[in-house]
Amino acid sequence: MLEDLFNVVKKRFNDEQEKPDLAKPVYKCPRCQSIINLDRFEELKKVCPSCNYHGRMTARERIAITVDKGSFIEFDKDMISCNPIDYPDYDEKQAKLRKSTGLKDAVITGEAKIKGSSVIIAVMDSHYMMASMGSVVGEKITRAFETATVRNMPIVVFTASGGARMQEGIVSLMQMAKTSGAVARHNQSGQLYITVLTDPTTGGVTASFASLGDIIIAEPKVLVGFAGRRVIEGTIKQRLPDNFQLAEFMQEKGFVDIIVERYKMRSTLSHLLKLHGYNAE
Amino acid sequence: MEKEVKSAYERLELIRHKNRPTVRDYIPLIFTDFYEMHGDRLCGDDAAIIGGVGRLDGRPVTIIAQVKGRDINENKKCNFAMPHPEGYRKALRLVKQAEKFNRPVICFIDTPGAFCGIAAEERGQGEAIAKNIAEFMTLRTPIISVVLGEGGSGGALALGVCDELAMLENAIYSVVSPRGFASILWKDASKEKEACQIMKITAEDLVRLGIAETVIEEPLGGAHNDLDKISENIKEYLSEKISEKCQKDIDELLKARYTKFRKIGDFIE
Repeated sequence: MLEDLFNVVKKRFNDEQEKPDLAKPVYKCPRCQSIINLDRFEELKKVCPSCNYHGRMTARERIAITVDKGSFIEFDKDMISCNPIDYPDYDEKQAKLRKSTGLKDAVITGEAKIKGSSVIIAVMDSHYMMASMGSVVGEKITRAFETATVRNMPIVVFTASGGARMQEGIVSLMQMAKTSGAVARHNQSGQLYITVLTDPTTGGVTASFASLGDIIIAEPKVLVGFAGRRVIEGTIKQRLPDNFQLAEFMQEKGFVDIIVERYKMRSTLSHLLKLHGYNAE
Repeated sequence: MEKEVKSAYERLELIRHKNRPTVRDYIPLIFTDFYEMHGDRLCGDDAAIIGGVGRLDGRPVTIIAQVKGRDINENKKCNFAMPHPEGYRKALRLVKQAEKFNRPVICFIDTPGAFCGIAAEERGQGEAIAKNIAEFMTLRTPIISVVLGEGGSGGALALGVCDELAMLENAIYSVVSPRGFASILWKDASKEKEACQIMKITAEDLVRLGIAETVIEEPLGGAHNDLDKISENIKEYLSEKISEKCQKDIDELLKARYTKFRKIGDFIE
């Protein structure tokens, strides 16, 4: 424990000495504005070495660092959304994004093992329309919970979302009810639901399944809230403090159980699963 | 005289009409023995949502409603019907009470959306809405919701998980206000009218999309033209639905409630 702390401090100290090579691609931290080479940032698993902001990962990257190698079996991988309110260009936009991201929509679901414990897992990906929740996200999350309920399994959901998928209108709003209904049934079945809030978790996802976990974990410095920062600033006509709606702020207000750094996430999840009786098979 | 079909924008203007009745106008004409109950027992009392008990045709019911003000002073008090978390938590407390005493629940929706402010975030606006949605989904007593005017976003849905949803003829129900929609998608809040045209937010749209079951007819020109008539129409609808749902087996009712929302979504695989 103490050694871990020491290593982190040492690592940060070293990193602070690093000067970015500006000839190569760089990443600017949205929290502390410090600049780091992109390859170094990737190497650090997208964690800012200066301020410990935990950056946005793709769903595939997240699954790779979280579950046992080779254990992941994906569900519903070909599901794509239609255009329920005939929003102009929605189909074209999606076709383009599917090509550029390699995703079909903003969430990947499936079953896997974490240090031997079997879980259902859902991971949202902010690279696809800011992981907004439309029909596909709603349906896949709902099915994941239903599967966990039927099979008496725990579920871990890594959330990230800009909120409802505006282009699907009222149908996207109803996904909040659909997913929360499935969470409620899973809850009644007595199984464990762990939410991991990642950057950013906002809007309709915060106001539905993201806030309903038995245990709510957040990564350091990630944004967690209901209303967007700019919307609030527009309403109250003043600038909000920098830490507003960050994971640490939300923990202080009583809405986050534990803040867990990325390099400890897998072992933390494993410990919590085992504490609830989901032992390695 | 034939009624003309109004556009979504015309309806939006109509529900913003200064004489549009609010739930405070309807309650005395629909219910008897209404007692308002205050507070969430945690933090405070939100005037944007009122709740209480009363009778519908003699049958005890729990009533939860978002309240718009009829003038600026009333609106200041009820925050233009934009609830804080306390409002949702009060609603939850009262529907749990309804469950305990086997009373059906009637929710009236009329809000631009949940309030977006510092205090609301600090006290967990997202958590409050999420919890209501999940708890309403498994609440062991019938729930009927009626959209009176504006049904805006998650702030409306927090009272919108129900066995049946009715819309007043000119009411709208949307993922976000048309202004918000224009601002988010086109970075231009002034394109409210264009947003109304494509959002599919009218009562008929909602029935077509399988989200609402019933449209309650408004008097010619809108609800404000004949308060007695519109109240009678709402009461007639509620009387029929509440007695129908109260006769059902509660487990069947809960299954149907789950399925009502479960089937919403437009995807292929």
